[in-house]
Amino acid sequence: MILMLAIVIGCLYAAGVYMMLRRSIVKLIIGLALLSHGANLMIFVAGPVGGPTRAAPPIIAPGMEVPPGLYADPLPQALILTAIVIGFGVIAFALVLVKRAYKMLDTEDLDRMRSTEG
Amino acid sequence: MNLLVALPILIPMLGGALGLLAWRSRTFQRGIGLVSSVALLIASIALMAEVLDRGIVVSRIGNWPTPFGIILVADIFSAAMVLVTGIIGAAVVIYSLAIADRRREAFGYYPLVTFLLMGVCGAFLTGDIFNLYVWFEVMLISSFVLLALGGERAQIEAAVKYVTLNLISSAIFLTAAGLTYGATGTLNMALLSERLPDVVQPGLTSAIAMLYLVAFGIKAAIFPLHFWLPAAYHTPPVAVSALFAGLLTKVGVYALIRVFTLLFVEDVGFTHQLILWSAGATMLIGVLGAIVQQDMRRILSFHIVSQIGYMIMGLGLFTRLAIAGAVFYVIHHIIVKANLFLVSGVAHRIRGSYDLRKIGGLYTYTPLLAILFMIPAMSLAGIPPLSGFFAKLALVRAGIESEQWAMVVIALFAGLLTLFSMIKIWNEAFWKPAPQEPDPRSGPPPSGIRILMGPIAALALLTLLIGAGAGPLFRIAERAADQLLGRSVYIEAVLR
Repeated sequence: MILMLAIVIGCLYAAGVYMMLRRSIVKLIIGLALLSHGANLMIFVAGPVGGPTRAAPPIIAPGMEVPPGLYADPLPQALILTAIVIGFGVIAFALVLVKRAYKMLDTEDLDRMRSTEG
Repeated sequence: MNLLVALPILIPMLGGALGLLAWRSRTFQRGIGLVSSVALLIASIALMAEVLDRGIVVSRIGNWPTPFGIILVADIFSAAMVLVTGIIGAAVVIYSLAIADRRREAFGYYPLVTFLLMGVCGAFLTGDIFNLYVWFEVMLISSFVLLALGGERAQIEAAVKYVTLNLISSAIFLTAAGLTYGATGTLNMALLSERLPDVVQPGLTSAIAMLYLVAFGIKAAIFPLHFWLPAAYHTPPVAVSALFAGLLTKVGVYALIRVFTLLFVEDVGFTHQLILWSAGATMLIGVLGAIVQQDMRRILSFHIVSQIGYMIMGLGLFTRLAIAGAVFYVIHHIIVKANLFLVSGVAHRIRGSYDLRKIGGLYTYTPLLAILFMIPAMSLAGIPPLSGFFAKLALVRAGIESEQWAMVVIALFAGLLTLFSMIKIWNEAFWKPAPQEPDPRSGPPPSGIRILMGPIAALALLTLLIGAGAGPLFRIAERAADQLLGRSVYIEAVLR
């Protein structure tokens, strides 16, 4: 399972980078989204040393001090949730920006957006 | 829980939120922007005094035991960075009151500036890698909107690049944070500092260190990750440029210094050597890029890149003197660079252009502005007795002591070329006669120049004061370096 997820993560990063190297700004956004998905999934798989990411939920039964048996580390999930929310907001902004850029510059070719360089 | 550490975050948060609530009232937004930035300045002065007096101040939010809760840490370096953030924030807001156009103000300019300040202060004060990521995002989202606000063609083009590069950097940062947690089981920086040497796979630690270097390197604009900066920083209104130029890249520098003094110090021969070479290239590329430019703000943008090289050079040398020099350099540079942008804004207000070929005669028009330009410009080039001289002196001395001759030569050479660029701006914008107008005093003076001069004069005075009080201030920088290099103090303060 870990191996398969590792391959998926690698593919997400590769696809993200590939999409970003294209000249279209729409593909750029897709690439950014894929890259952030890859990063999120990687936090999940990397997990902590010793503690598994996939096990019983870390709920402490009444009257006990620690959860019984093996339990999943809740922190990666919290991190990923935060990262997803931030990523969502940022991608939403990027989409609006791209739409504006397309309307204003009448092109979606990144190579034609170079007037500020030089 | 110590409220003083949280105030630099809480004040702008409250100010920004109130500004958003009063969306329709421009006057109220201006007022609240001014009040919150001045309050932030006062709070940051109080924090600095506290830190100098009592050592590292730690605040555990909700009194959760470390390393579980959210933690805010202020050592001398953090507190000093928060202090200059307060100074620049107040200066830029006052400047904006006179120069910002109504259309931008109507779309939440002041709340955005205050939220940006909140993100910057948060990044300086947090003691946790993941929180650093979150504060970076708070800062970035505000900066995205500020950069695009107004929607001019150049702004939109620049924003596309700026947003993309920063999102890539964030994704790399997130990857690094995930791997760090996987390798050590914590994200608290003090605990990481203890646990990272125990990571069994040495290659993994180096890989994580490199991911951080690239992620923060993009934000700090170090070579070879600097190209987005000169393409973006000159496009927004000048007050925004000044804020970005002063603070944003320096957050990247701060993160680099923090991570490579507290966490990744096991393999200095590899990591810090790499940083050193990158610093040399950054100094050269930035200053050479500036030479061919004719637009005042683009010249200044390229010099940001070059100056970042000096700060990173201090980190790369990694001696007590070098780190103290880097800390001193960052503080001096933020004030000087923001001020130069503010001056270019006044020149634009008077002459209607940033292009050196189209303007001129500013000296006869307003000698005061010319003097106020000369102070930060000469300080940037490193002319004694201004603040930049002492900053460069410390770094060059550290370079000589470490026998890094190539770095010393590059640093001095880049300083010379910086002087050339500043003299070029002086000659073209201030000294030579105005190309079109025969009488520069003809026509009514543009409104609000006096108010614009206020923050510029204050920052110039500060530059003079830093130069005059370089001795005592440098001793504070040395104390900051001691805290950074003697990691046990930081770890003790946070964990126990």
